[in-house]
Amino acid sequence: MPDPDTRGAVLAREGRLPAERVALVDLLDRLLAGGVVVSGDLVLSIADIDLVRISLRALIMSVRESDTIVGTQRHGPDG
Amino acid sequence: MSDVGTYLYAVALDEDAAPAEGLTGVAGEPVRAIAHAGLVAYVSAVPLSEFGEEPLRQSLEDMDWLGETARAHHRVVEAVAAKAPTAPVRLVTVYNDEAQIRALLERRRDDFVRLLSRVAGRREWGVKVYVAPSAPPPAAAEPAAHSSPGTAYLKKRQASLHTREEAWRQGVERAERIHDVLSSVAVAGHRHRPQDPQLSGREEWMVLNGAYLVDEGRAEEFGRVVEGLRGEGIDVELTGPWAPYSFTTPVDTKESEDRDARS
Repeated sequence: MPDPDTRGAVLAREGRLPAERVALVDLLDRLLAGGVVVSGDLVLSIADIDLVRISLRALIMSVRESDTIVGTQRHGPDG
Repeated sequence: MSDVGTYLYAVALDEDAAPAEGLTGVAGEPVRAIAHAGLVAYVSAVPLSEFGEEPLRQSLEDMDWLGETARAHHRVVEAVAAKAPTAPVRLVTVYNDEAQIRALLERRRDDFVRLLSRVAGRREWGVKVYVAPSAPPPAAAEPAAHSSPGTAYLKKRQASLHTREEAWRQGVERAERIHDVLSSVAVAGHRHRPQDPQLSGREEWMVLNGAYLVDEGRAEEFGRVVEGLRGEGIDVELTGPWAPYSFTTPVDTKESEDRDARS
């Protein structure tokens, strides 16, 4: 039984992460998969898929590190 | 070779463009407006030691860096989009110099004008739909009283798996219907990949991660339709209004892949 006063427990009860983090996920959906894609003359042109994969891995790791209580109670469709 | 690049945020029509004064972009640099060919590009200088191709491979793994950069990019796009129809550009689009950006505005002028007229007077709304992973098992699935404990366990386990699969299947079907309903109120709809539960922060399955381009005059109606979708075993989240991030790319195979994707 987790301490009812910890931040993680509160998050677990509510079944959600802080608003700012959820908003960042929604923002990244749009910034990494949306927006005008331009090519030619660029210093930089990253393949979309690679960028999404890299960033999502970073995001998942970050969520796991800071919200382990929530993380351990969560299951995906295969869980 | 210069060690400073030019980061591009967004493009708008010159005639009604927002001023760049006072805006701060990624890397804390001031935003400038480049007017050319009837369009305005919003840019800022970035150090290539941070925004060059090699350093970026490292930076993108750094959640704090990614979050900061995404929010700085978003702030600029929001400020510009609040004043005029705006075409946001994909995160981390960096040019060598301003001359290349002028060339871009010239070369793709027609594309930008077409896009800007499509998003004018419209806003993007996000709708995420969640279903509960498993409803309570139906009464028929309860093991009979005279079953052995092993049989009872297996039956219960089977019923539970069946219920999960059924809940998932129903959720996916519901998402299809909801997407159709929302698209009928919107000018256009786009399905993003459903977020992983670890990213969404919710235990329920996300079955729809939609974006909808809606006329400003129909925003209230759209909100009411979204509210009406809530029901037993289903939850709906509305986000926005957003700048039209999800409606700047033509319909192509990439979009079809996203639509078919399952997290």
